[in-house]
Amino acid sequence: MTRIVILGAGTAGTIMANRLRRLYAADIRARRTTITVVDQETRHLYQPGLLFLPFGGYEPDDLVRPLRKQLHRAVTLVRETIDRVESSANRVVLASGNTIDYDLLVVATGTRIAPEETEGMTGPGWREKVFDFYSLEGAVALRDALKRFDGGHLVVNIVDMPIKCPVAPLEFAFLADDYFTKRGIRDRVRITYVTPLDGAFTKPTCTRELTHLLADKGIELVTEFSAGRVDGGKGILAAWDDREIPFDLLVTVPLHAGAGFVARSPGLGDDLGFVLTDPHSLQAKVAPNVFAIGDATNVPASKAGSVAHFEAEVLTANIRRYLAGQPLTPDFDGHANCFIETGHHKALLIDFNYDVEPVPGHFPFAGFGPMRLLRESRLNHLGKLAFRWVYWNVLLPGRDIPAVGPRMSLRGKQFPRPLTAAVPEGLVPR
Amino acid sequence: MSTTVIANRELELDAEGFLQKPEQWSEEIGVELARQVGIDPLTDRHWQVVRYMRDKYLQTGQAPSIRSLGKDSGVSTKELYQLFPKGPAKLAARIGGIPKPHGCI
Repeated sequence: MTRIVILGAGTAGTIMANRLRRLYAADIRARRTTITVVDQETRHLYQPGLLFLPFGGYEPDDLVRPLRKQLHRAVTLVRETIDRVESSANRVVLASGNTIDYDLLVVATGTRIAPEETEGMTGPGWREKVFDFYSLEGAVALRDALKRFDGGHLVVNIVDMPIKCPVAPLEFAFLADDYFTKRGIRDRVRITYVTPLDGAFTKPTCTRELTHLLADKGIELVTEFSAGRVDGGKGILAAWDDREIPFDLLVTVPLHAGAGFVARSPGLGDDLGFVLTDPHSLQAKVAPNVFAIGDATNVPASKAGSVAHFEAEVLTANIRRYLAGQPLTPDFDGHANCFIETGHHKALLIDFNYDVEPVPGHFPFAGFGPMRLLRESRLNHLGKLAFRWVYWNVLLPGRDIPAVGPRMSLRGKQFPRPLTAAVPEGLVPR
Repeated sequence: MSTTVIANRELELDAEGFLQKPEQWSEEIGVELARQVGIDPLTDRHWQVVRYMRDKYLQTGQAPSIRSLGKDSGVSTKELYQLFPKGPAKLAARIGGIPKPHGCI
């Protein structure tokens, strides 16, 4: 009997459970293999929708579905809170004191926001003048505040990296510009984007494009600002170097951390609670029969659903190899694919990996598209909206998306200068 | 990637000026790297952070985050930003001759 245990039934955990169920269907029927998922929640939240909810694009009910129904019925769900992993004993200890023994463990418990880590953030003004949109409660509260907002200074701030969906705060600023324009009060709203990075985004070509867009939309940009303190009563966002930015409404992306049990599990995670993971094989450093996927890992890829999807293909193959006693393949290249909503019914699309930054071009087919990379288009926006259907019906059930493989393709991409080392032979673009 | 000569040694630096081979580093090079980012002189407090950062990296293969620097290096977060304006973890890594910390994705 092989006991596979998956911690977390979010995007990555659900995809993995359903993929492994399909891979081992015969073994599960013959009771040679079991797949058990542990998650304390009852609902599965479509997180990309949280960006649109504050602007009235979705209602909360549009974004949640029963968690159990996203898992194949042959997968066992244990609805409990995890206390810790004892990898030396191949055992998960639950908060109830119950334990689950495993032969192979997949950690897919994602990341959580930790607003309490920033001085004053959850003090006076929290969810009155200071909001997050990375939780359903936060996004709903922000929607109500935006409805009431009739002018003043809106500040969008990232406390620290890494964060989930690194483009979401920029998209929020773009959509806020759109929202206030439609309400006819854009001239009474000042929007400032405040980031700890030295530019609008982390990758140079993309940063140039996005900086143009911010300027075009009249959104001010403050860089290298490390938020250390929030005073919601007075409306002040202060940096560690004592710079202060006054606000009437602060939309913050709080510090992100891994799930709480990671810190209680010897050797499993780093100081923020992200699982120490090989970036190419997705094997955890703590033990050979422990793997990690999605936002829960410390790999230097974006924390995004597309990354979890691409990782899932590689991880499924590596788990099959591991259980068959074969060597793992270091196949994951950091591939990410993100729509960036820019407002006014347009969006950008970016496609990149560990080594290759986002560049202009066509996707997924070279010279044709139909999607344009790193250029605003209406089709990209429709792609972003259609993604909700793809998420529930293709991604979570663990199916492949046609023409979009786990390894990033260089076809159709236009590079600003000749590429050398990072490009495999035969794939050098024109 | 480019090479540059500091303290009579030829060094490999990435596009942002981070040393690619930590073993090429010396304290003399650290002083020069600090000067390049406008930190001159390097005080004992600076050195405490730079050494902590470098030791942690060499032990674990990972540069500590600003949060663990503030908790464990013996220098508070507030003072870290006074010593290394705009980016303590980034600047201390650069001066200490280790690769740019991840987290900037």
